[in-house]
Amino acid sequence: MNLLLILPIAIPLTAATIGLLFRKSPMVQRASGVIGMAALLVSVIYLSWQTYTDGIQVIQLGDWAAPFGITLVMDLLSAAMLIITAIMGLVVSIYSLYDIDRVKEQYHYYPLLHILLIGINGSFLTGDLFNLYVWFEVMLISSFILLALGNRKTQLQGAVKYVIINLVSSLVFLFGVAMVYGMTGTLNMADLAVKIAEVENTGLVTAVSMIFIVSFGIKAAIFPLFFWLPASYHTPPVAVSAIFGGLLTKVGVYALIRVFTLIFTHDIGYTHTILLWVSGFTMVCGVLGAAAQMEFRKVLSFHIVSQIGYMIMGLAFNTKLGIMGAIFYIIHNILAKSNLFLISGIAQRLTGTFELKQLGGLYRQYPWLAVLFLISAFALAGFPPLSGFWAKLSLVKAGLQIEQYVITGVAILVGLLTLFSMVKIWAYAFWMPMEEENKSEQFGKMKLMGAGGLNLLVTPVIILAAIIIIVGLFAEPFLSFCMLAAEQLLNPEIYIESVLGES
Amino acid sequence: METLLAIIGGALFAAGIYMVLRRNLIKAVIGIILISNAVNVLFFNLGRLTKANPPLIWEGNTLPVSPFANPLPQALVLTAIVIGFGLLAFALVLAYRSYKELGTVDLDDMKMDPVEVSAEMRAEEEQVNQ
Amino acid sequence: MKSLILHTATRLLMALLLIFSLFLFFRGHDEPGGGFIGGLFGAGAITLYALAFGAEKAQQTIRISPLTMIAWGFVALIISGILPMIVNEPFLTGQWLFLDFADTEVKLSSPLIFDIGVYLCVVGFILAVIFSLEEE
Repeated sequence: MNLLLILPIAIPLTAATIGLLFRKSPMVQRASGVIGMAALLVSVIYLSWQTYTDGIQVIQLGDWAAPFGITLVMDLLSAAMLIITAIMGLVVSIYSLYDIDRVKEQYHYYPLLHILLIGINGSFLTGDLFNLYVWFEVMLISSFILLALGNRKTQLQGAVKYVIINLVSSLVFLFGVAMVYGMTGTLNMADLAVKIAEVENTGLVTAVSMIFIVSFGIKAAIFPLFFWLPASYHTPPVAVSAIFGGLLTKVGVYALIRVFTLIFTHDIGYTHTILLWVSGFTMVCGVLGAAAQMEFRKVLSFHIVSQIGYMIMGLAFNTKLGIMGAIFYIIHNILAKSNLFLISGIAQRLTGTFELKQLGGLYRQYPWLAVLFLISAFALAGFPPLSGFWAKLSLVKAGLQIEQYVITGVAILVGLLTLFSMVKIWAYAFWMPMEEENKSEQFGKMKLMGAGGLNLLVTPVIILAAIIIIVGLFAEPFLSFCMLAAEQLLNPEIYIESVLGES
Repeated sequence: METLLAIIGGALFAAGIYMVLRRNLIKAVIGIILISNAVNVLFFNLGRLTKANPPLIWEGNTLPVSPFANPLPQALVLTAIVIGFGLLAFALVLAYRSYKELGTVDLDDMKMDPVEVSAEMRAEEEQVNQ
Repeated sequence: MKSLILHTATRLLMALLLIFSLFLFFRGHDEPGGGFIGGLFGAGAITLYALAFGAEKAQQTIRISPLTMIAWGFVALIISGILPMIVNEPFLTGQWLFLDFADTEVKLSSPLIFDIGVYLCVVGFILAVIFSLEEE
């Protein structure tokens, strides 16, 4: 048992508490925001190292033995997700120092960000299905408030859609949990993996697995359940949409991967075929939606949907290479997508708009920003030697290996269309000159570096771009890490044994 | 009893889904309440109903008096009710705020133009800068 | 709301409700009761007061703002979670201290601290919602 496994939840909780107690002092708020994230990152790296060297880490909360108590489990997939979450948290909290104004800070932006991370980290760590539901709700309630923070009209409109559809999804999930409990009498995931194989009525198990696809599918924004995402993600402050776009949908994907490698593996021919079809439609619909949009963040929102398709595709292949590709894709996508959102925010600061048709001339005035954009955009589209290339390569390889030529072809085609959208943003926002009538007073005067500049906004973008390049150039260790994680996922016996003990 | 509860749960589900599909925001929130109650009823039902003693350990004993009801579904449903209550309170505040700000509760009227987002954020920025 | 009956009744009922909420709170753990239900009653008492005299007056009477209450609730939760880790047991493991006073046994425990946290969070959350709805 590893007592420190609670840290990824306890550290943000402490930081949120400090932020709430010192509501009057912006300095303490900001400090608790950033330092809390840094502490989280350190603790998560330490725990991941332990997981990597000593195998799966487990803690039984309150000392109630599994399967009766709540178990927190950290395997390599959780480790990867936690590290990337902590990196995003740190980066976005630095970005927020400039992006989030005083008024929003007074409405407890930093404590809310930490509570959001509690929910996300809890979802990645928990080994109990009902507990997963609870963490989802923690994540949801803070995301609701973050989305509506500032009370602008469009934000409220976006929040209404987001709130209603996500509440429905949680209730569907709860219903699925109830069904699972009714069938097996247990909710511990490791115990479930053992007991669900003994259920005689396999038709019912398949039906319940569909309930889980629908519920996690809404959270992950897969076809045909993604419509809430492009309707809401372009409305909140940029820092918020960066962390939402990067992390929240991936929690849904993580839940799908966890549930469909550990629990619902009884009828792979049926469930995973459905996942495969869904992934194809998700990719195509997302990328076509993006092609039709002319607003910076809306284009990116539709791309989130399309990228989710790749991850689901890797899961649906259900081979070692496929799942490895999916995990690597998640990591790469969180980095690239959040970075693009952050860049869109900088572009908006400089020009005062997200509209591609009104944007322009950024390349001439701010070549550095253009370079940073190109790195993330090309990574997203899958150019070598950036991270996206290796992610797509391993997925395509996995597809060819099991002779799924059609879906592999679709994936490659969607990659090309992604490039089309990125080039569209490039052309309108960076390459074309800006029309005189749209020019704001600030344009060209704000400096990226130096005093009174946008240091706090640019630093996170540079960090993320550097990570993207490092992951791309030195892909080998990352790929082998993902390979180990996939191996663990495909051999649930290790997971079950670490949770329930030798039996 | 199980059959009856299953039917009640189904009816609540149907009514809830019908309400969620309405255009009125308040009605949609009521629909969510109904669905969450339906799920709770079904959860209780799926945990098996037993006609037995409450799962409480009386003073001096170490075990509840057998036969006793399964306490786990009760605990889970209670947790779900608490969480549902919190989310619902937020949904109501949100509905109220959007009515105040937008002047409507009709979801069809809540169509935004992406251009508005840019304009609003610019206005907000100017307000902060002053 | 201006109503003589409500005003008078509130003064009487509020004290009763608060005492009952404390009773429910301390009754918890071994018998039905505990932080959550106690907190609901406590919040109910203050909500009644807010209905009768307005949210502003209620806020003045309880002095501490709902969000600060939630924050202190978090503090209690963290303390009850960290305590067992000092003696090398997992987060949230119950720690018990039995004190003998003449012929009554007083049980102090980390679940009690946890329950105080729950109580504060419940009261704080409900009041935060009620006050924000009452403001306008």
